[in-house]
Amino acid sequence: MAKAMIRLEAPFTEEKIRALHVGDRVEMSGVIFTGRDAVHKWLHEGNEPPMSLKDSIIYHCGPVVMKKKGKWIITAAGPTTSIREEPYQAGLIEKFGVRAVIGKGGMGEKTRLACEKFGCVYLHAVGGAAQVLAEAIKEVQNVYGLEQFGSPEAIWELRVEGFPVVVTIDAHGNSLHKDIEASSAKVLSEIQAHVKK
Amino acid sequence: MNATRQKKFIETLIEIIRKTSTELPQDVIEAIEAGRSNEQIDSRADYALGIIDKNIQLARIKSQPMCQDTGSILFYIHYPQKADSEALGKVIRKAVTQATKKGFLRQNSVDSLTGNNNGTNVGPGSPTIHMEPWKKDYFDIRLILKGGGCENVGAQYSLPDARVGAGRDLAGVKKCILDAVHQAQGKGCGPGVLGVTIGGDRATGYLASKEQFLRKMGDKNKNLVLAQLEQECTDDANRLGIGPMGFGGKTTLLGVKATTLNRLPASFFVSVSYMCWAFRRHGAKVNERGEIQKWFY
Repeated sequence: MAKAMIRLEAPFTEEKIRALHVGDRVEMSGVIFTGRDAVHKWLHEGNEPPMSLKDSIIYHCGPVVMKKKGKWIITAAGPTTSIREEPYQAGLIEKFGVRAVIGKGGMGEKTRLACEKFGCVYLHAVGGAAQVLAEAIKEVQNVYGLEQFGSPEAIWELRVEGFPVVVTIDAHGNSLHKDIEASSAKVLSEIQAHVKK
Repeated sequence: MNATRQKKFIETLIEIIRKTSTELPQDVIEAIEAGRSNEQIDSRADYALGIIDKNIQLARIKSQPMCQDTGSILFYIHYPQKADSEALGKVIRKAVTQATKKGFLRQNSVDSLTGNNNGTNVGPGSPTIHMEPWKKDYFDIRLILKGGGCENVGAQYSLPDARVGAGRDLAGVKKCILDAVHQAQGKGCGPGVLGVTIGGDRATGYLASKEQFLRKMGDKNKNLVLAQLEQECTDDANRLGIGPMGFGGKTTLLGVKATTLNRLPASFFVSVSYMCWAFRRHGAKVNERGEIQKWFY
């Protein structure tokens, strides 16, 4: 059941995104923007992003960033838990035309439905794999809101190559998280029924 | 503490922080490898564990944080009775600030009212330092770095718990533990390790559950009832099929470490702390001059 690796390259068009399915392993190349709790809340409150998010990819990540010889270097950059952005994500997908969200741990019904309706996917990066993922980040192109949000919460514009992720919510209404939650709940109830004193 | 000694202690503490942030202890690496050997080759679980394996190696070689969330900074220290514990607290905070500047720790500590991040990792509650004097003439300094993803999926139950169907007995405790694993799904960056306290109050229960992470993966609980509980919960959790990162698979937990505290007759808490696969724990025996004499893990 070896799955072939799919290469996803910018521009991230709706057509390319809709061609992806749950379980696909993807290596991405192009520009992505980090955005986490503070940025999602801020955009949700009606503020305009400092760049266009049309056909963009948002990465739930608060990287470790160092400045060396006047240049920003990302030294660790794994995903943060996505479910905290569940109240805001669907709105951002609809309003700004976000095409993919990278994170970890999965997202809920609102996001799954927005992905289906507006043509977006949730891409799961391996949590904690900050070095493997930092290796795929080739350049920091810009940073927005560094003063306002602080380094981990700022919007870092990153050029990535071969960034490894797995599709866990696709644009066809499927969610691996929903499936695994349901199947594990079934096993759990069987086990709980047999727990002895 | 004179200036020379202070300098040496800071150097030693930075080294403990660096090693903890960048090198996974051998017992955890072995547990992850054992988990991977149970997974079907080229399954999603195998793929995730493969990336984790590569990440562990890269972090060590590059001496950079294996996870960008360098976590809550939890020190567990025993110090010689005659040592100046106040001075030790001071050098720990200095070492944390310097380790942050060097990039071994992320700027990770935020004022809860203002949202301000002063970039030093030093503030109320950060770092957390548990210090106790002892009669020995050396320092035992252990450090755990625990990320926010796994901290957020920790859970505390007050028994009886109707939702879980847990009564005030060992069966109820087990139901709570398995419920916590199910609730966490992939959000805690599994495969994880659970620290569990049966009893205590709300504060001591969580505290003791985290202290369980100081134990090595392969050790066996001296209390046979707890040893059995640990094994059963690990086996049952791994039947849930949640797998690494919640991708599905057999490796949901690497282990469970449990302890008990006495409780009030009115209270029966089960406190569950979840540790992610990036189980960052190291510790060293340090002499009175501040020199590392031995690593523990």
